[in-house]
Amino acid sequence: MKITGSQAVLLSLIEEGTEFIFGYPGGAIMPVYDAMMQYQDQIKHILTRHEQGAIHAAQGYARVTGRVGVCMATSGPGATNLITGIADAMIDSTPLVCITGQVGSPLLGTDAFQETDVVGISMPVTKWNYLVTKSEEIPWAIAKAFYIASTGRPGPVLIDIAKDAQFGPLDFHYKKCSYIRSYVPKPTINEEAVSEAAKLINESKKPYILFGQGIVLGNAEEEFKAFVEKSGIPAAWTILGVTALDTNHPLNMGMLGMHGNYSTNILTNDCDTIIAVGMRFDDRVTGDLKRYANQARIIHLEIDSAEINKIKKADVAIHGDVKDTLPMLTKLVEKRDHSAWVAKFRELDKIEKEKVIDLEMYPTKEGITMAEVIRILNEKTKDNVVYVTDVGQHQMFASRYCKRQSRRSFITSGGLGTMGFGLPAAFGAKMGAPEKEVVLIVGDGGLQMTIQELGTIMQSEAAVKIVLLNNKYLGMVRQWQQLFFDSRYSQTYMMNPDFIKLAEAFGIKGKKILDRPNLVGGVEEMLAHSGAYLLEVSIEKEDNVFPMVPTGASVAEVILEPAKK
Amino acid sequence: MTNTYTITAFSENHIGLLNRITIIFTRRNVNIHSLTVSESAIRGISKFTIVVIETQEKVEKVVKQIDKLVEVLKAFYHPNEEIVYQEIALYKVPTEALLASNNLESIIRKHNARILEVMPEYTVIEKTGHCEETQELFEILTEFGVRQFTRSGRVAVTRLSEELLTNYLKELDEKELQLVTQLHETSQ
Repeated sequence: MKITGSQAVLLSLIEEGTEFIFGYPGGAIMPVYDAMMQYQDQIKHILTRHEQGAIHAAQGYARVTGRVGVCMATSGPGATNLITGIADAMIDSTPLVCITGQVGSPLLGTDAFQETDVVGISMPVTKWNYLVTKSEEIPWAIAKAFYIASTGRPGPVLIDIAKDAQFGPLDFHYKKCSYIRSYVPKPTINEEAVSEAAKLINESKKPYILFGQGIVLGNAEEEFKAFVEKSGIPAAWTILGVTALDTNHPLNMGMLGMHGNYSTNILTNDCDTIIAVGMRFDDRVTGDLKRYANQARIIHLEIDSAEINKIKKADVAIHGDVKDTLPMLTKLVEKRDHSAWVAKFRELDKIEKEKVIDLEMYPTKEGITMAEVIRILNEKTKDNVVYVTDVGQHQMFASRYCKRQSRRSFITSGGLGTMGFGLPAAFGAKMGAPEKEVVLIVGDGGLQMTIQELGTIMQSEAAVKIVLLNNKYLGMVRQWQQLFFDSRYSQTYMMNPDFIKLAEAFGIKGKKILDRPNLVGGVEEMLAHSGAYLLEVSIEKEDNVFPMVPTGASVAEVILEPAKK
Repeated sequence: MTNTYTITAFSENHIGLLNRITIIFTRRNVNIHSLTVSESAIRGISKFTIVVIETQEKVEKVVKQIDKLVEVLKAFYHPNEEIVYQEIALYKVPTEALLASNNLESIIRKHNARILEVMPEYTVIEKTGHCEETQELFEILTEFGVRQFTRSGRVAVTRLSEELLTNYLKELDEKELQLVTQLHETSQ
């Protein structure tokens, strides 16, 4: 029996087990939206208030569930509004399938109404994309899209469907894709490299594990823990690797990089062997590369061969999925106790605790600090919390101080640093994990970039808890202005609306906390509330994130406070 | 230290792939010296031949990025010693000026060039060779006034007995066979 291309789009998504389509209708995608009414009981569409909201929601959903996030938009402006999210998903390896409508194929290239070359525009920021001009191609293209998005190093895929292909008839047969000749998602593992790596590890006195999101993407948290525990090696994480190992694990030394911990940065230049697991030596992690870990031998476990030797030359590279390679390595490494080496981290931790952490977490100054809000959230939430952040100072405080014990419980825009990511991503995360307590930590700048998504939260009745840390500044930029631009606060002060009234207009309950005595009560009230809630906390204006590896400095030059003038 | 490298990439013949490949160069601010696309010895598989003057390190990274593209089967790079390569050049010269010259024959002979077309107004000369050789002829012909000159991108074959891709495809076929058997087994 013949069906239309639009029906095929939805049936294909259903075949792939899609629960939600985050999207926004428009001219060139209307046939698919019309067909949706027929499949409402099998697939749910969520109407966001902007296409950027749709894609960030799909990202939040994908990050919390580990499944492919699906979003949909019309041609032209609808499609271009997805681009920021696509770029974000590309750099953070988030599996997404984005479906966009396109003008009818006879109109392609004629500057038709709402025509944009979205395949061209999205090419540098998609793992794969494809323009469908014939209805028969739809099942094949969607099957391929899901396979590419979710396998190997995951990433976003875009399928652009011409309007006539949405109308046209086809015989529908769906076959999931499991092989593409030119695409090898899982490389063959070189066993020699594994034994060579094990030998290096067994010989080293001061080995150091740097771990990233590869573990989370490979669902290899258990395998990683087994490796850490047998080898006894201290481990530190990149911002996206954070949930790969329990924050409280005795061998979890903390965060790497620009606003990471003191010990983890300094000892990078003191260890003798680095075991980099599913991470890519981002510049925010390495600081000045010329002075980064030159004394250490590098072992790199990585699924994407283009990442090997891209930034830091590996002495031994284990190319493969860490889910497979970690157990092989664990088997060959000797059981060790590196307690003297671990103690070096702990000594430096004491300095950081005294000079930074205690002052931030238990401040004596009048104004509320971001870190103390997070401390209270840690105290009042349970294991089932998922933290989502936006981008800026609050993101760094959240990364540093949020306690995380469960898998996929911290969602943030890492590589791209997309302001406005937080609110829609938190909404998407709540849709993906309704049983969890999703807490968004967001600044006043970032919230206003996608604040219209409060409407989506209202309509979907998603119980997202929004903690707005309001310092009336674009805090991270202001911090840099203070430190590196002689405190000239150019265009970083913000006059803000009454956020509580705004939330109220969207039917969202809220409360503003102005001083410390009301903070704990406010957090408790927010968590006790069954629906969405906005807790606005007035934050000390000149609160800065430290430690810091200033741009151009070596990781060993991490500073704990601003330089004395 | 920069050197001339020839990158060869084998791919499925898909719309837009050329764009995906060139983006990799653009993004890293690497200049493409020449680029040629044609069908390879294996039916349905396109071969990109791209010449760049870069450091080996940079070339290696670019090749890995090309290799990573979904539709690219495999990408390689070679210094000049590893390949046999050729370019073709066409020169359009006024016939009158050529006729007035005494040494046209020796130029053609010496440079192994040939004449493709002679018209009252112009003559088209063709030469194949390495870039320096076609350039040398260009400079000699300038005295006659070259009206048009065009040089193709480099084409190249490796000095190995078999196409590197053939070995790679053999491995792939074995893998696919295994995969198909596995799928077959699980479905039973």
